[in-house]
Amino acid sequence: MYTMALSILHRITGVWMAIGLMALVGWFASAAAGEDDYARATALLGSAIGRILLLLWLAAFCYHFVNGLRHLAWDALIGLEKRTARTSGRVAVAVALIGFLVLAYLLFCPRAGAP
Amino acid sequence: MNLRSPLAVVLGAGSAGHGVGHWWAQRVSALALVPLTLWFVISLIGVPLNDYAAVTIWIGAGWNPVWLALLLVAMCVHSRLGVQVVIEDYVHGAALKLALLLLNGAVHAVLLAAGIYALLRVALGSGP
Repeated sequence: MYTMALSILHRITGVWMAIGLMALVGWFASAAAGEDDYARATALLGSAIGRILLLLWLAAFCYHFVNGLRHLAWDALIGLEKRTARTSGRVAVAVALIGFLVLAYLLFCPRAGAP
Repeated sequence: MNLRSPLAVVLGAGSAGHGVGHWWAQRVSALALVPLTLWFVISLIGVPLNDYAAVTIWIGAGWNPVWLALLLVAMCVHSRLGVQVVIEDYVHGAALKLALLLLNGAVHAVLLAAGIYALLRVALGSGP
């Protein structure tokens, strides 16, 4: 049950990041379009909703990244046993959570008071 | 004992109607994204994102445009294949499924082309 929920979460976070890919390309495009467009893009991403979306993309990335390593290990026939898979699932969630908190702090907090 | 029909063996296709190429591309792009996304997230930490000049300099600095282009390629490949699997698994009805699969491919092709073009413009300094 737990393993299945994590597998579905892998897909949900993946689809969510596919939407994030559009935002990433939009961000690059705004940088290419010039200073004014870039300012509009960062104002959008820096708004309350923009920050929430960015945090959700970061969270999805952390989980999908760590759980993706689990999937790659399974493809190499490592850790396929039921108990091992359950344990690695718990470890993956813990590592993803810690990674998210650290990255969220490093990426967001130093700029909280910046102009 | 092999339960697959001779035709299925020749075509090399599974239940989704295509072979193992998709499976491999998904894994290879995943492997590529491990170092690329790590590099991206970590190097973003030092960049003041609301500073236009600093960001454009960062995009064009050294090997950054190369890693960013590779990141976009790997992301677009991986994302297209991942969304494709979701469509294949959850959308029923051949016509709608085909339409969404085509749309998925088109959107990711546009994202890749637009992303690389934007990167080149910034990195080569030909922006307005």
